[in-house]
Amino acid sequence: MTDISNQSLNEIIESIKTKKISSTDLTKSYIKNIESAEKLNTFVTTTFDQAIENAKQFDNKPNFNQLLPGIPLAVKDLFCTEGVRTTAGSNILNNFIPSYESTVTKNLWENGAFLLGKLNCDEFAMGSSNETSYFGNVINPVGDKLVPGGSSGGSSSALAADLTPATIGTDTGGSIRQPASFTGTVGLKPTYGLCSRWGIVAFASSLDQAGPMTRTIKDCAIMLEAMSGFDEKDSTSINKKKENYSKNLNDSVKGLKIGIPKEYRVDNMPKEIDELWDKGKKILKDLGAQIIDISLPHTKYALPTYYIVAPAEASSNLARYDGVRYGYRSQKGKDLIEMYENTRSEGFGDEVKRRILIGTYVLSSGYYDAYYLKAQKVRQLIKKDFDENFLKVDAILTPSTPSSAFKIGEKTNDPVSMYLNDIFTVPVNLAGLPALSLPAGLDKKGFPLGLQLIGKALDEQKILNIGYTFEKNCGFKNKIKKWWS
Amino acid sequence: MSLDKEKIKHVAKLARISVDEAKVKSLTKDLNSIFKFIEQLNELKTDKVEPLTSILNQSLRSRKDEIKDGKIREKILENSPKENEEFFVVPKVVE
Repeated sequence: MTDISNQSLNEIIESIKTKKISSTDLTKSYIKNIESAEKLNTFVTTTFDQAIENAKQFDNKPNFNQLLPGIPLAVKDLFCTEGVRTTAGSNILNNFIPSYESTVTKNLWENGAFLLGKLNCDEFAMGSSNETSYFGNVINPVGDKLVPGGSSGGSSSALAADLTPATIGTDTGGSIRQPASFTGTVGLKPTYGLCSRWGIVAFASSLDQAGPMTRTIKDCAIMLEAMSGFDEKDSTSINKKKENYSKNLNDSVKGLKIGIPKEYRVDNMPKEIDELWDKGKKILKDLGAQIIDISLPHTKYALPTYYIVAPAEASSNLARYDGVRYGYRSQKGKDLIEMYENTRSEGFGDEVKRRILIGTYVLSSGYYDAYYLKAQKVRQLIKKDFDENFLKVDAILTPSTPSSAFKIGEKTNDPVSMYLNDIFTVPVNLAGLPALSLPAGLDKKGFPLGLQLIGKALDEQKILNIGYTFEKNCGFKNKIKKWWS
Repeated sequence: MSLDKEKIKHVAKLARISVDEAKVKSLTKDLNSIFKFIEQLNELKTDKVEPLTSILNQSLRSRKDEIKDGKIREKILENSPKENEEFFVVPKVVE
């Protein structure tokens, strides 16, 4: 068995290409790691037999020219996988087996990868700590009883614990970047429209975007290249030429203008995060970037706007779960309406119900103008803040989250305190922009902290390049000990 | 504004989610604290702002209206909680 601990996806691909390891041995190593990590509760479903089968097929007839040659990958359980149960972390989809494959996962498989299993997440991606999943809490490998972030918590935990060489998540308000920050890994939310939404269980369609979660920037570029691309089945997919993000990676930070928005210095933010932000600025300045103070005046209104727009879209999207065509159906109720009501009451968890009710209320007759329309107007102002500043700067640097990973149960009694976790990540979704969370340091407890780089629409290459240079000069080392096996 | 128990029951009815009396109390508390947070938006004057309807700098594409797939009845029925070979089955609707 080969030791795969702390290996980046890129290193693993090199080992496959130079035949240092076969796809079968590689797959077996991951399976062994996964089997000894049950405590972390990262997987909802595993597909080991099929993975070994796929690995053998690759070894018999290898194609080393692919982006992901013979690479086993676990993915968030929000991506529909043909013939493999897809739950979205919900009881209502407990037995759902899609008869089709999401475009994003299909792209990964067409580039040589295959499925290792489906990763736990907050129910319908609604949560910031993976505590809303029907399949239980996920544990952060950084420390026992710590949350891995959310909603892509199974993804971040599995990645940091060496249970998959790279993974993918979805990000509606921070669900890739916040868990990446909590586990000391890299997470990218691409520009809205760059990765197809087809076949992803929908949460809030104007905000949802799939993206890579990886150990390094180079890995992130490889994964983005493999998963992105135009898809006619997604009406908001952007039709543009595919880019070679990994090949085009370079150290071009010199002369770039980096904006520092003053509104991201919030009350009660730990001093360590402030210091980390300063450290980030210094690294980029020393590399020849120009640091410019900017203002994004509507930042504080992003979270309230999000908690109108996202639940409104969710209440419409989740209307489809009625117990008729697929998913869970309650056996209680004397007529059709009662069957609907009981199915949805028993099938959805508390957080999902809460958001459906918020969404239904803000869209209901008499309240639409006061809430939904108001939010759409403020969303315009938030987008304008970014548009105006991107005339002056190339990218924006902020902290990824206002804290490091917290304890399980610490924030479950107060929904608003949980929502505040996404204060730095949500504005980007509202404006449809790409943003990268980079591991940048550890706090005094030894928990990872991340910095966020926000780019112009479709400027993924630039933020990846800045991140690539930053990574080399930051010297971040994750201190995860394998306490769980 | 504040949401009372009756309003929450009404919204739950609209959303087709049954909530029992015990849950209504905690929901009232949670939703009121969320709406208090949301209502910060009222500080902003937005009379002259156009609402944002799309973040893409492109309009929705049109496509030819043509049949590309079909004949997948079995696949569609595969996941139904109760089936009768060719149809979805629901509780009796008409007397």
